[in-house]
Amino acid sequence: MIGALKTMIWRDVRQSYASGGTWLPVIFYLSAATLFPFAVGPDRDLLLQTGGGILWIAALLATLLPLDRLVQPDLDSGFHDQLLVRGIADELIAFARLISHWLAFGPPLLFAALLASGLMGLEGPPLVTLLASLAIATPALAGLAVMIAALTAGLKGAGALGGLLLVPLAIPLLIFGAGSLADQSGSALLFLSAVSLLLVAITPFAAGAALKAMRE
Amino acid sequence: MREEGSDNLCAKALSCVRGDKLLFRDLNFTLEPGQAGLVTGPNGVGKSSLLRLIAGLLEPFSGTIHVPTSVAICDDRMALDENLPLQDALRFWASLDDRPEGDCTDAMAKADMSHLAEVPIRYFSTGQRQRARLARTFLTAADLWLLDEPANGLDTASVELLGQSLQAHLKYGGIILAASHITLPISFDLQLELTALEEMETPQ
Repeated sequence: MIGALKTMIWRDVRQSYASGGTWLPVIFYLSAATLFPFAVGPDRDLLLQTGGGILWIAALLATLLPLDRLVQPDLDSGFHDQLLVRGIADELIAFARLISHWLAFGPPLLFAALLASGLMGLEGPPLVTLLASLAIATPALAGLAVMIAALTAGLKGAGALGGLLLVPLAIPLLIFGAGSLADQSGSALLFLSAVSLLLVAITPFAAGAALKAMRE
Repeated sequence: MREEGSDNLCAKALSCVRGDKLLFRDLNFTLEPGQAGLVTGPNGVGKSSLLRLIAGLLEPFSGTIHVPTSVAICDDRMALDENLPLQDALRFWASLDDRPEGDCTDAMAKADMSHLAEVPIRYFSTGQRQRARLARTFLTAADLWLLDEPANGLDTASVELLGQSLQAHLKYGGIILAASHITLPISFDLQLELTALEEMETPQ
């Protein structure tokens, strides 16, 4: 079981990095961060005040980019069926997907956030808080992506639907994540951790149920 | 209901519904180890659905099916990474099934693909893709092979070679259930002819 999990995760991660799909959210993230100062002007105080929030929204939007290659290709190519025939449950497949997607999505996003915060003039404690909040949230963002990809697999216009689904589900993350930037006590980060943990915990079951329902 | 762990493949009063259409009903058959069965019938009659049902990818509408623990299915989809060379793509399934490295080489030899081991799968022709699918199936140590049109796109020599692999699998006590429009060079112990049911009662 553990061996199969490792094999599946390793395949997914290798494929993500080899196909270059991993860098797409990073480039998007950096473009969004670059455009923002042009849009609001180079006012240092304004950028310091709003930059963190913008970087958070960019992170949510970057979550949407890889949706179409998380679940659908494996369903189309028969990979998923071959795993099922070997007695590997939908939930385990979704769990492997969650971990592999996080490995391909989380670290590059944090790296991009580090670069982008330079463009906003963030440094010192606010920068540390921003990176910490994003680091806590990336597993949840990866989980949301896997859940939405499984729910919308096989549908026409899955991309647009995915965007609609992400908005309500990501609101708790955004509230506590962006909230932690202004919060000195650290409790917002704790709430963020709780929300993140919850989303990660339900991902294998929700995505697994969606994949199961699709076969009916 | 589908139960795993029996020695033979045994269907009792099996019915299958897809959408709101009844594909077949009251299907009864048994295949013992070392036996091969052939499913025939016109397009859309439910041959592939029967194989998917036995593989556990569809739920039977009614009836029971007993299958061996390990099953391999070979349908028209690759389930191999298009960008990887054949041997690397096969290696994924080998490591998932805990098979030694050498089994990949053997499986490729059985499908006459050894010379293409280092070619990425996206460059393969129709026949070569089919042989790659067969190599993936040969690689599993499954007792029951479910083959959906295994000879599609194969030339005469490759069909002969496929026959040899099927023969060897039966000799070691394996079971084969194949749906094919092309005559396969093995003798079948069971012929299962599915006929289209008339448009009749929609199952409640």
